[in-house]
Amino acid sequence: MLNQLTIAELSSKLNSGTVSSREAAQACLDQIERVDGRLNAFISHDPADLLAQADAADRFRQEQGGNQGRPLLGIPIAVKDVIAVRGHPLNCGSKILGSYVSPYDATVIEKLRSAGALLFGRVNMDEFAMGSSTENSAFGVSRNPWDLDRTPGGSSGGSAVAVAADECLAGLGSDTGGSVRQPAAFCGCVGLKPSYGRVSRYGLVAYASSLDQIGPLTKSVRDAALMLEVISGADSKDSTCVPREVPKFTEGLNGSIRGMRLGVPREYMVGGLDPQVADAVRAALSELEKQGAEITEISLPHTEYAVATYYIVATAEASANLARFDGIRYGLRVDGADPAELYSRTRGAGFGTEVKRRVILGTYVLSSGYYDAYYLRAQKVRTLIRKDFAEAFERVDAIVTPTTPTAAFRIGEKSDDPLQMYLSDIYTLSCNLAGICGVSVPCGFTTNPRLPIGLQLLGKPFGEETLLRIANAYEQATGWHAAKPELS
Amino acid sequence: MAAVEIDVEYVAQLARISLSGEEIQKFGAQFSQILGYIDKLRELDVDQVDPTAHADPRVNVMREDVVQSSLSQELALRNAPVKANGLFVVPKIVE
Repeated sequence: MLNQLTIAELSSKLNSGTVSSREAAQACLDQIERVDGRLNAFISHDPADLLAQADAADRFRQEQGGNQGRPLLGIPIAVKDVIAVRGHPLNCGSKILGSYVSPYDATVIEKLRSAGALLFGRVNMDEFAMGSSTENSAFGVSRNPWDLDRTPGGSSGGSAVAVAADECLAGLGSDTGGSVRQPAAFCGCVGLKPSYGRVSRYGLVAYASSLDQIGPLTKSVRDAALMLEVISGADSKDSTCVPREVPKFTEGLNGSIRGMRLGVPREYMVGGLDPQVADAVRAALSELEKQGAEITEISLPHTEYAVATYYIVATAEASANLARFDGIRYGLRVDGADPAELYSRTRGAGFGTEVKRRVILGTYVLSSGYYDAYYLRAQKVRTLIRKDFAEAFERVDAIVTPTTPTAAFRIGEKSDDPLQMYLSDIYTLSCNLAGICGVSVPCGFTTNPRLPIGLQLLGKPFGEETLLRIANAYEQATGWHAAKPELS
Repeated sequence: MAAVEIDVEYVAQLARISLSGEEIQKFGAQFSQILGYIDKLRELDVDQVDPTAHADPRVNVMREDVVQSSLSQELALRNAPVKANGLFVVPKIVE
Protein backbone atom coordinates (compact mmCIF):
# COMPACT_ATOMS: atom_id res chain seq x y z
CA MET A 1 0.00 0.00 0.00
CA LEU A 2 1.52 3.29 -1.17
CA ASN A 3 0.12 5.28 1.75
CA GLN A 4 2.18 3.13 4.15
CA LEU A 5 5.51 4.06 2.63
CA THR A 6 8.01 6.60 3.87
CA ILE A 7 8.67 9.67 1.72
CA ALA A 8 12.03 8.18 0.69
CA GLU A 9 10.41 4.90 -0.37
CA LEU A 10 7.57 6.51 -2.31
CA SER A 11 9.95 8.97 -4.00
CA SER A 12 12.10 6.17 -5.27
CA LYS A 13 9.05 4.37 -6.70
CA LEU A 14 7.80 7.60 -8.28
CA ASN A 15 11.23 8.28 -9.74
CA SER A 16 11.47 4.82 -11.23
CA GLY A 17 8.07 5.33 -12.83
CA THR A 18 6.48 2.21 -11.32
CA VAL A 19 3.73 4.20 -9.59
CA SER A 20 2.08 7.60 -9.98
CA SER A 21 1.38 10.36 -7.44
CA ARG A 22 -2.27 9.97 -8.27
CA GLU A 23 -2.16 6.38 -7.05
CA ALA A 24 -0.37 7.47 -3.88
CA ALA A 25 -2.86 10.29 -3.27
CA GLN A 26 -5.76 7.92 -3.90
CA ALA A 27 -4.28 5.42 -1.43
CA CYS A 28 -4.22 8.15 1.26
CA LEU A 29 -7.82 9.14 0.46
CA ASP A 30 -8.93 5.49 0.66
CA GLN A 31 -7.23 5.11 4.03
CA ILE A 32 -8.91 8.29 5.32
CA GLU A 33 -12.23 6.91 4.13
CA ARG A 34 -11.52 3.63 5.90
CA VAL A 35 -10.21 4.81 9.28
CA ASP A 36 -10.79 8.51 9.87
CA GLY A 37 -14.38 8.10 11.02
CA ARG A 38 -12.87 6.41 14.09
CA LEU A 39 -9.71 8.51 14.45
CA ASN A 40 -10.87 12.04 13.56
CA ALA A 41 -7.42 13.20 12.47
CA PHE A 42 -8.85 15.40 9.72
CA ILE A 43 -11.09 18.40 10.37
CA SER A 44 -11.58 18.61 6.62
CA HIS A 45 -9.93 17.61 3.38
CA ASP A 46 -10.64 18.16 -0.28
CA PRO A 47 -10.15 14.93 -2.28
CA ALA A 48 -10.65 16.61 -5.67
CA ASP A 49 -8.01 19.24 -4.88
CA LEU A 50 -5.51 16.59 -3.70
CA LEU A 51 -6.03 14.53 -6.85
CA ALA A 52 -5.66 17.61 -9.05
CA GLN A 53 -2.33 18.40 -7.33
CA ALA A 54 -1.26 14.76 -7.84
CA ASP A 55 -2.13 14.88 -11.53
CA ALA A 56 -0.14 18.09 -11.91
CA ALA A 57 2.85 16.43 -10.24
CA ASP A 58 2.57 13.40 -12.53
CA ARG A 59 2.39 15.67 -15.59
CA PHE A 60 5.43 17.64 -14.43
CA ARG A 61 7.43 14.47 -13.92
CA GLN A 62 6.46 13.14 -17.33
CA GLU A 63 7.12 16.37 -19.20
CA GLN A 64 10.43 17.06 -17.44
CA GLY A 65 11.55 13.44 -17.47
CA GLY A 66 12.09 13.40 -13.70
CA ASN A 67 11.60 15.42 -10.54
CA GLN A 68 14.05 18.17 -11.61
CA GLY A 69 15.49 18.36 -8.11
CA ARG A 70 12.11 18.68 -6.42
CA PRO A 71 12.64 16.27 -3.53
CA LEU A 72 8.97 16.06 -2.50
CA LEU A 73 7.40 15.91 -5.95
CA GLY A 74 4.04 14.14 -5.68
CA ILE A 75 4.25 13.41 -1.93
CA PRO A 76 0.95 13.94 0.02
CA ILE A 77 1.57 15.94 3.20
CA ALA A 78 -1.11 16.82 5.77
CA VAL A 79 -1.13 20.27 7.35
CA LYS A 80 -1.95 21.19 10.94
CA ASP A 81 -4.90 23.57 11.14
CA VAL A 82 -2.68 26.39 12.45
CA ILE A 83 -0.62 26.91 9.26
CA ALA A 84 -1.99 29.06 6.43
CA VAL A 85 -2.52 27.44 3.03
CA ARG A 86 -3.91 29.84 0.42
CA GLY A 87 -7.52 29.07 -0.42
CA HIS A 88 -7.86 26.47 2.34
CA PRO A 89 -9.86 26.92 5.55
CA LEU A 90 -7.94 27.81 8.72
CA ASN A 91 -9.57 27.37 12.12
CA CYS A 92 -6.81 26.56 14.64
CA GLY A 93 -9.19 23.99 16.09
CA SER A 94 -11.38 26.90 17.24
CA LYS A 95 -14.87 28.24 16.65
CA ILE A 96 -13.67 31.83 16.69
CA LEU A 97 -12.33 31.85 13.13
CA GLY A 98 -15.73 30.94 11.68
CA SER A 99 -15.47 30.27 7.96
CA TYR A 100 -12.00 31.82 7.58
CA VAL A 101 -10.14 31.01 4.37
CA SER A 102 -6.39 31.81 4.21
CA PRO A 103 -5.60 34.62 1.77
CA TYR A 104 -1.91 33.62 1.54
CA ASP A 105 0.55 30.75 2.00
CA ALA A 106 2.79 30.37 5.04
CA THR A 107 6.48 30.44 4.09
CA VAL A 108 6.83 26.71 4.90
CA ILE A 109 3.93 26.02 2.54
CA GLU A 110 5.58 28.04 -0.25
CA LYS A 111 8.78 26.08 0.29
CA LEU A 112 6.99 22.72 0.30
CA ARG A 113 5.10 23.67 -2.86
CA SER A 114 8.38 24.61 -4.57
CA ALA A 115 9.70 21.18 -3.56
CA GLY A 116 6.70 19.59 -5.28
CA ALA A 117 4.71 18.46 -2.22
CA LEU A 118 0.94 17.88 -2.38
CA LEU A 119 -0.49 19.86 0.55
CA PHE A 120 -3.83 18.66 1.75
CA GLY A 121 -6.26 18.56 4.61
CA ARG A 122 -6.62 20.46 7.83
CA VAL A 123 -5.54 18.15 10.62
CA ASN A 124 -6.95 18.41 14.11
CA MET A 125 -5.27 20.06 17.07
CA ASP A 126 -5.84 21.49 20.51
CA GLU A 127 -7.41 24.90 20.02
CA PHE A 128 -4.68 27.43 19.16
CA ALA A 129 -2.13 24.70 19.98
CA MET A 130 -2.97 24.92 23.68
CA GLY A 131 -3.07 21.43 25.04
CA SER A 132 -1.39 18.06 25.21
CA SER A 133 -4.18 15.72 24.13
CA THR A 134 -6.13 17.16 21.15
CA GLU A 135 -9.18 17.09 23.44
CA ASN A 136 -9.40 20.91 23.32
CA SER A 137 -10.63 21.07 19.74
CA ALA A 138 -13.91 22.59 18.61
CA PHE A 139 -13.95 19.78 16.02
CA GLY A 140 -14.01 16.84 18.43
CA VAL A 141 -11.25 14.73 19.96
CA SER A 142 -8.80 12.77 17.85
CA ARG A 143 -8.13 9.19 18.88
CA ASN A 144 -4.87 7.30 19.23
CA PRO A 145 -4.62 4.63 16.49
CA TRP A 146 -2.93 2.22 18.96
CA ASP A 147 -5.85 2.43 21.39
CA LEU A 148 -8.99 4.34 20.47
CA ASP A 149 -9.77 5.11 24.13
CA ARG A 150 -6.54 7.06 24.46
CA THR A 151 -5.46 10.49 23.33
CA PRO A 152 -2.93 10.90 20.54
CA GLY A 153 -1.24 13.63 22.57
CA GLY A 154 -1.20 17.21 21.42
CA SER A 155 -1.36 19.78 20.34
CA SER A 156 -0.36 18.36 16.90
CA GLY A 157 -2.43 15.22 17.62
CA GLY A 158 -4.14 15.17 14.23
CA SER A 159 -0.79 15.30 12.42
CA ALA A 160 0.59 12.41 14.51
CA VAL A 161 -2.55 10.30 13.99
CA ALA A 162 -2.61 10.97 10.24
CA VAL A 163 1.04 9.87 9.95
CA ALA A 164 0.79 6.86 12.28
CA ALA A 165 -2.40 5.61 10.62
CA ASP A 166 -0.94 6.08 7.11
CA GLU A 167 -3.52 8.66 6.05
CA CYS A 168 -0.66 10.72 4.60
CA LEU A 169 3.07 10.32 3.98
CA ALA A 170 4.10 13.03 6.46
CA GLY A 171 2.57 15.87 8.43
CA LEU A 172 3.39 19.39 9.50
CA GLY A 173 2.93 20.36 13.13
CA SER A 174 3.96 23.16 15.44
CA ASP A 175 5.82 22.82 18.74
CA THR A 176 5.63 25.45 21.50
CA GLY A 177 6.27 23.19 24.49
CA GLY A 178 6.35 19.70 22.99
CA SER A 179 3.40 19.80 20.61
CA VAL A 180 5.24 17.92 17.86
CA ARG A 181 7.40 15.59 19.97
CA GLN A 182 4.79 14.47 22.52
CA PRO A 183 2.11 13.35 20.00
CA ALA A 184 4.86 11.71 17.92
CA ALA A 185 5.85 9.72 21.03
CA PHE A 186 2.23 8.79 21.83
CA CYS A 187 1.49 7.66 18.27
CA GLY A 188 4.80 5.99 17.42
CA CYS A 189 6.18 8.34 14.77
CA VAL A 190 9.13 10.70 14.46
CA GLY A 191 8.60 14.33 15.51
CA LEU A 192 11.19 17.08 15.12
CA LYS A 193 11.25 20.49 16.84
CA PRO A 194 13.83 22.61 15.02
CA SER A 195 16.02 25.14 16.82
CA TYR A 196 14.28 28.45 17.38
CA GLY A 197 14.89 30.54 14.25
CA ARG A 198 15.61 27.63 11.93
CA VAL A 199 12.17 27.70 10.28
CA SER A 200 10.07 30.73 9.38
CA ARG A 201 6.93 31.30 11.44
CA TYR A 202 5.29 33.48 8.79
CA GLY A 203 1.81 32.07 8.26
CA LEU A 204 1.86 30.07 11.50
CA VAL A 205 -0.87 31.45 13.75
CA ALA A 206 1.08 32.63 16.80
CA TYR A 207 0.56 31.11 20.24
CA ALA A 208 3.79 32.02 22.07
CA SER A 209 6.06 33.75 19.60
CA SER A 210 9.33 33.26 21.47
CA LEU A 211 8.74 29.50 21.70
CA ASP A 212 6.80 28.46 18.56
CA GLN A 213 8.49 26.47 15.78
CA ILE A 214 6.99 24.50 12.90
CA GLY A 215 8.25 20.93 12.68
CA PRO A 216 7.64 17.74 10.69
CA LEU A 217 6.01 14.48 11.85
CA THR A 218 7.21 11.55 9.77
CA LYS A 219 7.58 7.76 9.53
CA SER A 220 11.38 7.83 9.62
CA VAL A 221 14.27 10.04 10.70
CA ARG A 222 15.37 10.32 7.08
CA ASP A 223 11.98 11.78 6.14
CA ALA A 224 12.24 14.29 9.00
CA ALA A 225 15.69 15.32 7.75
CA LEU A 226 14.33 15.75 4.23
CA MET A 227 11.36 17.82 5.38
CA LEU A 228 13.62 20.00 7.53
CA GLU A 229 15.95 20.58 4.59
CA VAL A 230 13.00 21.90 2.58
CA ILE A 231 11.29 24.10 5.19
CA SER A 232 14.39 25.72 6.79
CA GLY A 233 16.03 28.99 5.93
CA ALA A 234 15.91 32.76 6.37
CA ASP A 235 12.73 34.64 5.51
CA SER A 236 12.31 38.37 5.01
CA LYS A 237 8.82 37.96 6.48
CA ASP A 238 10.04 36.63 9.84
CA SER A 239 12.79 38.64 11.49
CA THR A 240 13.38 35.93 14.09
CA CYS A 241 14.25 33.41 11.39
CA VAL A 242 18.03 33.18 11.35
CA PRO A 243 20.01 33.81 8.16
CA ARG A 244 22.38 30.89 8.23
CA GLU A 245 23.11 28.31 5.63
CA VAL A 246 20.84 25.26 5.71
CA PRO A 247 22.88 22.04 5.88
CA LYS A 248 21.98 19.05 3.72
CA PHE A 249 20.50 17.19 6.66
CA THR A 250 19.99 13.99 4.67
CA GLU A 251 23.63 13.72 3.61
CA GLY A 252 25.31 13.29 7.00
CA LEU A 253 22.62 10.94 8.21
CA ASN A 254 24.41 7.63 7.89
CA GLY A 255 27.63 8.68 9.61
CA SER A 256 28.92 6.81 12.63
CA ILE A 257 28.10 7.98 16.14
CA ARG A 258 31.30 6.46 17.57
CA GLY A 259 32.83 8.72 20.19
CA MET A 260 29.79 10.96 20.45
CA ARG A 261 29.11 12.08 24.00
CA LEU A 262 25.52 11.66 25.16
CA GLY A 263 24.27 13.12 28.41
CA VAL A 264 21.48 11.72 30.56
CA PRO A 265 20.07 14.36 32.91
CA ARG A 266 19.75 12.92 36.40
CA GLU A 267 16.75 15.18 37.04
CA TYR A 268 14.73 13.46 34.30
CA MET A 269 14.95 9.85 35.42
CA VAL A 270 13.00 10.35 38.62
CA GLY A 271 9.54 10.30 40.25
CA GLY A 272 6.51 10.20 37.98
CA LEU A 273 8.41 8.34 35.26
CA ASP A 274 6.65 5.12 34.30
CA PRO A 275 9.01 2.15 34.91
CA GLN A 276 8.27 0.74 31.46
CA VAL A 277 9.24 4.05 29.85
CA ALA A 278 12.40 4.19 31.97
CA ASP A 279 13.31 0.64 30.87
CA ALA A 280 12.82 1.48 27.21
CA VAL A 281 15.06 4.54 27.55
CA ARG A 282 17.75 2.50 29.34
CA ALA A 283 17.62 -0.10 26.56
CA ALA A 284 18.00 2.70 24.00
CA LEU A 285 21.03 4.02 25.87
CA SER A 286 22.62 0.53 25.75
CA GLU A 287 22.03 0.40 22.01
CA LEU A 288 23.64 3.82 21.51
CA GLU A 289 26.56 2.74 23.69
CA LYS A 290 26.92 -0.42 21.62
CA GLN A 291 27.35 1.80 18.58
CA GLY A 292 30.25 3.58 20.25
CA ALA A 293 28.58 6.56 21.91
CA GLU A 294 29.78 7.53 25.37
CA ILE A 295 27.01 7.92 27.92
CA THR A 296 27.51 10.27 30.86
CA GLU A 297 25.24 11.58 33.55
CA ILE A 298 24.68 15.31 33.43
CA SER A 299 22.68 17.76 35.50
CA LEU A 300 20.05 20.26 34.41
CA PRO A 301 19.42 21.62 37.89
CA HIS A 302 16.53 23.96 37.03
CA THR A 303 14.39 21.27 35.40
CA GLU A 304 11.82 21.34 38.20
CA TYR A 305 11.09 25.01 37.44
CA ALA A 306 10.43 24.54 33.71
CA VAL A 307 6.68 23.89 33.92
CA ALA A 308 6.04 26.97 36.07
CA THR A 309 8.27 29.12 33.86
CA TYR A 310 6.64 27.88 30.69
CA TYR A 311 3.09 28.49 31.87
CA ILE A 312 3.93 32.10 32.68
CA VAL A 313 5.91 32.91 29.53
CA ALA A 314 3.61 31.05 27.14
CA THR A 315 0.34 32.34 28.58
CA ALA A 316 1.66 35.92 28.73
CA GLU A 317 2.63 35.79 25.06
CA ALA A 318 -0.66 34.10 24.20
CA SER A 319 -2.69 36.82 25.90
CA ALA A 320 -1.03 39.37 23.60
CA ASN A 321 -1.11 37.24 20.43
CA LEU A 322 -4.75 36.24 20.76
CA ALA A 323 -5.91 39.83 21.23
CA ARG A 324 -6.32 39.95 17.45
CA PHE A 325 -9.32 37.61 17.62
CA ASP A 326 -11.79 40.34 18.44
CA GLY A 327 -14.59 39.91 15.90
CA ILE A 328 -13.63 42.91 13.80
CA ARG A 329 -11.52 41.80 10.84
CA TYR A 330 -12.27 38.10 10.51
CA GLY A 331 -14.15 35.18 11.92
CA LEU A 332 -16.96 35.09 14.42
CA ARG A 333 -18.66 38.28 15.60
CA VAL A 334 -21.17 38.51 18.44
CA ASP A 335 -22.62 42.02 18.47
CA GLY A 336 -22.54 44.35 21.45
CA ALA A 337 -23.58 47.92 22.29
CA ASP A 338 -19.99 49.15 22.08
CA PRO A 339 -16.66 47.72 20.86
CA ALA A 340 -15.65 46.43 24.32
CA GLU A 341 -18.88 44.48 24.66
CA LEU A 342 -18.53 43.12 21.12
CA TYR A 343 -14.98 41.92 21.88
CA SER A 344 -15.94 40.28 25.16
CA ARG A 345 -19.00 38.54 23.79
CA THR A 346 -17.20 37.38 20.66
CA ARG A 347 -14.27 36.00 22.63
CA GLY A 348 -16.53 34.50 25.30
CA ALA A 349 -18.50 32.64 22.64
CA GLY A 350 -15.62 31.82 20.30
CA PHE A 351 -12.82 30.60 22.58
CA GLY A 352 -12.89 27.20 24.26
CA THR A 353 -12.19 26.59 27.94
CA GLU A 354 -8.42 26.03 27.81
CA VAL A 355 -7.84 29.08 25.61
CA LYS A 356 -9.86 31.25 27.97
CA ARG A 357 -7.95 29.83 30.91
CA ARG A 358 -4.56 30.57 29.37
CA VAL A 359 -5.41 34.03 28.02
CA ILE A 360 -6.79 35.07 31.41
CA LEU A 361 -3.79 33.60 33.23
CA GLY A 362 -1.47 35.39 30.80
CA THR A 363 -3.34 38.66 31.32
CA TYR A 364 -3.00 38.22 35.07
CA VAL A 365 0.76 37.59 35.08
CA LEU A 366 1.29 40.69 32.94
CA SER A 367 -1.11 42.90 34.86
CA SER A 368 -0.08 45.91 36.88
CA GLY A 369 1.35 44.87 40.25
CA TYR A 370 2.03 41.27 39.22
CA TYR A 371 4.40 41.72 36.28
CA ASP A 372 7.60 41.61 38.38
CA ALA A 373 6.43 38.78 40.60
CA TYR A 374 5.43 36.53 37.74
CA TYR A 375 6.48 37.51 34.23
CA LEU A 376 9.85 39.13 34.97
CA ARG A 377 10.76 36.38 37.44
CA ALA A 378 9.85 33.69 34.88
CA GLN A 379 12.04 35.40 32.27
CA LYS A 380 14.93 35.30 34.73
CA VAL A 381 14.39 31.63 35.48
CA ARG A 382 14.31 31.09 31.73
CA THR A 383 17.87 32.44 31.67
CA LEU A 384 18.87 29.84 34.29
CA ILE A 385 17.28 27.05 32.24
CA ARG A 386 19.13 28.20 29.12
CA LYS A 387 22.39 28.26 31.07
CA ASP A 388 21.81 24.70 32.28
CA PHE A 389 21.71 23.55 28.66
CA ALA A 390 24.62 25.72 27.52
CA GLU A 391 26.77 24.23 30.28
CA ALA A 392 25.64 20.69 29.52
CA PHE A 393 26.45 21.12 25.83
CA GLU A 394 30.03 22.01 26.74
CA ARG A 395 30.37 18.42 27.93
CA VAL A 396 28.08 16.45 25.61
CA ASP A 397 27.00 16.45 21.95
CA ALA A 398 23.39 15.58 22.68
CA ILE A 399 21.07 14.87 25.60
CA VAL A 400 18.95 11.71 25.82
CA THR A 401 15.66 11.61 27.76
CA PRO A 402 12.20 10.07 27.64
CA THR A 403 9.86 12.27 25.53
CA THR A 404 7.05 11.82 28.04
CA PRO A 405 6.81 10.39 31.57
CA THR A 406 4.14 7.88 30.50
CA ALA A 407 2.71 6.43 27.31
CA ALA A 408 -0.59 7.83 25.95
CA PHE A 409 -3.14 8.60 28.64
CA ARG A 410 -6.88 7.98 28.44
CA ILE A 411 -9.29 10.41 26.86
CA GLY A 412 -10.83 12.38 29.73
CA GLU A 413 -8.15 11.29 32.21
CA LYS A 414 -6.62 14.75 32.68
CA SER A 415 -9.06 17.05 30.91
CA ASP A 416 -10.58 18.41 34.15
CA ASP A 417 -7.23 18.91 35.85
CA PRO A 418 -5.20 21.49 33.92
CA LEU A 419 -2.21 21.34 36.29
CA GLN A 420 -1.83 17.56 35.86
CA MET A 421 -2.07 18.04 32.09
CA TYR A 422 0.64 20.74 32.23
CA LEU A 423 2.93 18.51 34.31
CA SER A 424 2.81 15.82 31.62
CA ASP A 425 4.95 18.12 29.44
CA ILE A 426 7.85 18.18 31.89
CA TYR A 427 10.46 16.67 29.52
CA THR A 428 9.64 18.68 26.41
CA LEU A 429 9.08 22.26 27.65
CA SER A 430 12.68 23.19 28.48
CA CYS A 431 13.78 22.68 24.88
CA ASN A 432 11.52 25.53 23.73
CA LEU A 433 12.49 27.78 26.63
CA ALA A 434 16.17 27.27 25.74
CA GLY A 435 15.59 27.53 21.97
CA ILE A 436 17.47 24.29 21.26
CA CYS A 437 16.40 21.49 18.90
CA GLY A 438 14.78 18.18 19.80
CA VAL A 439 13.46 15.04 18.18
CA SER A 440 11.31 12.17 19.40
CA VAL A 441 11.84 8.72 17.88
CA PRO A 442 9.95 5.50 18.66
CA CYS A 443 11.88 3.36 21.18
CA GLY A 444 9.57 0.50 22.06
CA PHE A 445 6.19 -0.31 23.54
CA THR A 446 4.55 -0.74 26.88
CA THR A 447 2.85 -4.07 27.52
CA ASN A 448 -0.81 -4.33 28.42
CA PRO A 449 -1.86 -2.24 26.64
CA ARG A 450 0.71 -2.07 23.86
CA LEU A 451 1.43 1.64 23.41
CA PRO A 452 4.37 3.38 21.73
CA ILE A 453 7.16 4.97 23.79
CA GLY A 454 9.21 7.93 22.60
CA LEU A 455 12.92 8.62 23.05
CA GLN A 456 13.83 12.29 23.04
CA LEU A 457 17.17 13.58 21.80
CA LEU A 458 18.01 17.22 22.50
CA GLY A 459 20.72 19.04 20.57
CA LYS A 460 22.61 22.32 20.58
CA PRO A 461 21.03 25.36 18.91
CA PHE A 462 21.30 24.65 15.17
CA GLY A 463 22.74 21.23 15.93
CA GLU A 464 20.11 19.29 13.98
CA GLU A 465 22.72 17.49 11.85
CA THR A 466 24.24 15.74 14.86
CA LEU A 467 20.83 15.12 16.37
CA LEU A 468 19.43 13.51 13.24
CA ARG A 469 22.52 11.36 12.78
CA ILE A 470 22.14 9.91 16.29
CA ALA A 471 18.40 9.44 15.81
CA ASN A 472 18.95 7.71 12.49
CA ALA A 473 21.65 5.40 13.87
CA TYR A 474 19.28 4.38 16.66
CA GLU A 475 16.28 3.96 14.39
CA GLN A 476 18.11 1.87 11.80
CA ALA A 477 19.49 -0.44 14.47
CA THR A 478 16.17 -1.02 16.23
CA GLY A 479 13.43 -0.61 13.65
CA TRP A 480 10.74 0.43 16.16
CA HIS A 481 9.54 3.08 13.69
CA ALA A 482 8.33 0.43 11.28
CA ALA A 483 5.67 -0.97 13.64
CA LYS A 484 2.11 -0.15 12.55
CA PRO A 485 -1.10 0.03 14.59
CA GLU A 486 -3.74 -2.56 13.74
CA LEU A 487 -6.79 -0.79 12.39
CA SER A 488 -9.11 -3.47 11.12
CA MET B 1 1.65 26.15 48.50
CA ALA B 2 0.21 29.49 49.50
CA ALA B 3 -3.39 29.99 48.41
CA VAL B 4 -3.55 32.69 45.74
CA GLU B 5 -6.88 34.38 45.22
CA ILE B 6 -7.43 36.07 41.91
CA ASP B 7 -10.36 38.24 40.91
CA VAL B 8 -11.30 36.20 37.85
CA GLU B 9 -14.12 38.49 36.77
CA TYR B 10 -11.84 41.54 36.79
CA VAL B 11 -8.96 39.85 34.92
CA ALA B 12 -11.36 38.35 32.37
CA GLN B 13 -12.67 41.84 31.75
CA LEU B 14 -9.09 43.06 31.16
CA ALA B 15 -8.70 40.17 28.69
CA ARG B 16 -12.03 41.09 27.02
CA ILE B 17 -13.55 37.66 27.56
CA SER B 18 -17.07 37.31 28.91
CA LEU B 19 -17.44 34.33 31.23
CA SER B 20 -20.43 32.49 32.63
CA GLY B 21 -20.89 32.29 36.40
CA GLU B 22 -19.92 28.65 36.25
CA GLU B 23 -16.69 29.44 34.40
CA ILE B 24 -15.79 32.16 36.90
CA GLN B 25 -16.15 29.71 39.74
CA LYS B 26 -14.29 26.86 38.04
CA PHE B 27 -11.43 29.06 36.84
CA GLY B 28 -11.08 30.63 40.28
CA ALA B 29 -10.34 27.26 41.86
CA GLN B 30 -8.05 26.19 39.02
CA PHE B 31 -6.09 29.45 39.03
CA SER B 32 -5.39 29.16 42.77
CA GLN B 33 -4.04 25.68 42.16
CA ILE B 34 -1.93 26.72 39.13
CA LEU B 35 -0.61 29.92 40.74
CA GLY B 36 0.10 27.97 43.92
CA TYR B 37 2.27 25.66 41.85
CA ILE B 38 3.90 28.57 40.02
CA ASP B 39 4.90 30.02 43.40
CA LYS B 40 7.73 27.49 43.23
CA LEU B 41 9.71 30.08 41.30
CA ARG B 42 10.03 32.11 44.50
CA GLU B 43 12.43 29.48 45.84
CA LEU B 44 15.10 30.79 43.47
CA ASP B 45 17.24 33.86 44.06
CA VAL B 46 17.16 35.67 40.72
CA ASP B 47 18.26 39.14 41.81
CA GLN B 48 21.48 39.00 39.80
CA VAL B 49 20.00 37.19 36.77
CA ASP B 50 19.17 38.94 33.51
CA PRO B 51 15.79 38.13 31.98
CA THR B 52 15.52 36.18 28.71
CA ALA B 53 12.83 37.43 26.35
CA HIS B 54 14.07 35.41 23.40
CA ALA B 55 16.27 32.32 23.15
CA ASP B 56 18.10 33.73 20.14
CA PRO B 57 17.79 37.50 20.38
CA ARG B 58 18.37 39.48 17.21
CA VAL B 59 18.15 43.25 17.04
CA ASN B 60 17.54 45.72 14.26
CA VAL B 61 16.78 43.17 11.59
CA MET B 62 16.35 45.24 8.43
CA ARG B 63 15.55 44.63 4.82
CA GLU B 64 16.03 46.91 1.83
CA ASP B 65 13.42 49.66 1.82
CA VAL B 66 11.78 48.74 -1.44
CA VAL B 67 8.12 48.92 -2.39
CA GLN B 68 6.52 45.48 -2.51
CA SER B 69 3.02 44.35 -3.31
CA SER B 70 0.81 43.39 -0.38
CA LEU B 71 -2.58 41.86 0.24
CA SER B 72 -5.26 43.42 -1.97
CA GLN B 73 -8.18 45.21 -0.35
CA GLU B 74 -10.51 42.52 -1.61
CA LEU B 75 -8.46 39.70 -0.05
CA ALA B 76 -7.99 41.63 3.19
CA LEU B 77 -11.74 42.05 3.52
CA ARG B 78 -12.70 38.58 2.38
CA ASN B 79 -12.95 37.13 5.88
CA ALA B 80 -14.56 40.17 7.51
CA PRO B 81 -17.75 39.37 9.45
CA VAL B 82 -19.37 42.67 8.39
CA LYS B 83 -18.11 44.94 5.61
CA ALA B 84 -19.44 47.76 3.45
CA ASN B 85 -17.94 50.00 0.77
CA GLY B 86 -14.52 48.38 1.07
CA LEU B 87 -14.42 48.92 4.84
CA PHE B 88 -14.79 46.90 8.04
CA VAL B 89 -18.04 47.80 9.78
CA VAL B 90 -17.61 48.35 13.53
CA PRO B 91 -19.89 49.58 16.32
CA LYS B 92 -19.95 53.31 17.00
CA ILE B 93 -16.86 54.33 18.98
CA VAL B 94 -17.33 58.10 19.60
CA GLU B 95 -20.52 59.87 20.56
